[in-house]
Amino acid sequence: MEDALLLARAQFGLNIGFHILFPTLTIALAWFLVAFLWKYRRTGEEAWLTTYKRWVKVFALTFAMGVVTGITMSFQFGTNWPGYMNHVGAIAGPLLSYEVLTAFFLEATFLGIMLFGMNRVSPGVHLVSALAVAVGTTLSAFWILALNSWMQTPTGHVMEGRQWIAADWWSVIFNPSFPYRLVHMLLASGITASFAIAGLSAWRLLHAPSDSGAARTLRAGIVTAAILVPIQVYVGDQHGLNTLHHQPAKIAAMEALWHTERRMPLVLFAIPDEENKRNNYSIELPYAGSLILTHSMDGEVKGIDAFAPDVPPVTPVFFAFRVMVGMGVLMLLVSWYATWRTRRGQAAPRWLLWVLSAFTFSGWIATLAGWIVTEIGRQPWLVTGVLRTRDAVGEVGEAALGASLTGYVLTYLALLIAYFVVLTHLAGSGDAKGVA
Amino acid sequence: MNEWLPVIFMVLMGGAVLAYVILDGYDLGVGMLMPAASHEEQSIMVSSIGPFWDANETWLVLGIGILLAAFPQAHGVVLGALYLPVVAMLVGLMFRGVAFEMRIKASGWHQELWNWLFWAGSFVASFFQGVMLGRYITGFEAGLGYWLFAFVVGGALCGGYVLMGATWLILKTEGGVRAKAIGWARWGLLWVALGVALVSLATPMVSETVRDKWFDFPRTLWLMILPAATIACGGWIWHSTGRLRSGGSSDDGKPFLAAVSIFTLAFLGLAYSLFPYVVIDRLTIWDAAAHPSGLRFVLVGVVIVLPFLVGYTIYAYRVFGGKTTGKLYD
Repeated sequence: MEDALLLARAQFGLNIGFHILFPTLTIALAWFLVAFLWKYRRTGEEAWLTTYKRWVKVFALTFAMGVVTGITMSFQFGTNWPGYMNHVGAIAGPLLSYEVLTAFFLEATFLGIMLFGMNRVSPGVHLVSALAVAVGTTLSAFWILALNSWMQTPTGHVMEGRQWIAADWWSVIFNPSFPYRLVHMLLASGITASFAIAGLSAWRLLHAPSDSGAARTLRAGIVTAAILVPIQVYVGDQHGLNTLHHQPAKIAAMEALWHTERRMPLVLFAIPDEENKRNNYSIELPYAGSLILTHSMDGEVKGIDAFAPDVPPVTPVFFAFRVMVGMGVLMLLVSWYATWRTRRGQAAPRWLLWVLSAFTFSGWIATLAGWIVTEIGRQPWLVTGVLRTRDAVGEVGEAALGASLTGYVLTYLALLIAYFVVLTHLAGSGDAKGVA
Repeated sequence: MNEWLPVIFMVLMGGAVLAYVILDGYDLGVGMLMPAASHEEQSIMVSSIGPFWDANETWLVLGIGILLAAFPQAHGVVLGALYLPVVAMLVGLMFRGVAFEMRIKASGWHQELWNWLFWAGSFVASFFQGVMLGRYITGFEAGLGYWLFAFVVGGALCGGYVLMGATWLILKTEGGVRAKAIGWARWGLLWVALGVALVSLATPMVSETVRDKWFDFPRTLWLMILPAATIACGGWIWHSTGRLRSGGSSDDGKPFLAAVSIFTLAFLGLAYSLFPYVVIDRLTIWDAAAHPSGLRFVLVGVVIVLPFLVGYTIYAYRVFGGKTTGKLYD
């Protein structure tokens, strides 16, 4: 039973972790494409059209990856978590239905026109189609994050018989953590896309230093990142305070705070010891933890011991949080320095192009780490205070789960390798085969 | 009102599934026909479905979404019982969907590989959709005979999708591809006839519930309209493709329309067999229905969104109306 639960979680985590990579990129990339098309319409410069045509191919590829892994997700709610449907299906189902109805059809249908219809519709209709795709991707983030946030901080539900139903849809959707999570995720998407654009443009410039289009998108990417990252730092802090209020156990795990204390230090690094409930080799900043979380030097922060036995595993949450914040700091430094270094049309030096290339998928790392923090930090609950993960797992045998997990791992590995091969090929060759 | 909500959602879910089977059916069928075409013909074939496949597959997500929202109990039972065929179908759909993009951008043996994956993915996805249907009709009964039945349905559905794909190509292409597609359609029709006959005969044998619903005189006489109309549609395809082949005047859209009709009729027959069950012999739509509060909330969304959805879908098909020419990216 425990093994089946672990396998079901591993499989679902793998799928959702793999899936999230692609929407994270496409949500904001869609808006970049709208901007490129808009620029082309306003200025009439062919260069913007070339830029659009180059990036729309990256978008199409990434979008396809998101669609096929997303279809998998829609099935796995039922195959892996039938208990979830039985207990909270009356809330989760409608939210997912709204996502399909308002977002998926919109983006999928207009994507056809956006990709292949440029010579068949007027430029205005084409721009509107691109806009519809961008609105669709953002709407899908809205609905899925409403559901995810409800699972984190549920409100507006009542028990009826053996299942939970919505008493007030407004408060189900606009639950306490939703606004923070939505903004946090949309910014994450914006930053991820910015670094991807900057990184692939840098890769192109390393191969073809005279490509003015790539220099232009490089600048667009790093400037956008330089603006969005500090906003994300502020929003992330607000999101953390919201979590402290509604899911204090998660914060305790993020900070590896085993015991409730005042004047809590900020643990910069440590090896949490789950068995003895303490940290080894820790490096701490005195008072800083209380200062950040309560905005007061001697504020009290509740530790893991206050929430036992319903506490998340500390180690993965603690480290994932540090990876996310660490990536954020690096991205801030890189984007600000690169913005300053390329000011007034200066070309970026080769070493900086290499750094930016290395940072192409930095957004993915930070986003995945963030999702690990928030999802593992929610354990042992599937829906906080309402439904435990272990009560939702299905009766699929370990053999079937193991076999399908292997199948998924192999499939995803193959898809990811293919994705990288094609992406670097597209970026490196610029306008060669298949591109524009 | 609350009594009728499950029925309304049954109809909506059925509509989404039928839309999926017809729409993704033709593009899966085109995928399965890939090995029969030359390199240039393959490009035209993929171009004819390129703008549509993504939205087509969204109907599957809608069908599953409604199952989840309206019949949460059945969602768990059905998808739990179909676990492995579902995984196989999803892996097929994944490779196939990605292959659309990859094969355009690749060259040399990479392109060959993606072409092959596109074909294999289409085939695996179609076959296991049929297996899922076969398992579903028999109420997931264990036993070799039931699994054999499911595999026969898998094969029959592949034949049906090939027919859809071939008639789609008659409608959307010209010259060599169209000429070949006429042959494929006639060949596919034979398989469909065999498959439909087998499944129609076998279904009452494996399910008592279905048998009782069909062999209940005098209602049986009325029900014979369905097989009669199906045979007529089959004849219509045979006749119209025959005319097209000999260069006679006929509408290129007729075979496709007839193939859609066959699928719709088979779907109606199936719906009649199963109603009011959502899991045969176990859960009726009323047993499995979600709480009315959720259903009403979704219904509001459906009523508002569906007209737009249908509207812009029709618009997209009009934008890409007429014969497909040349390459996807222009």
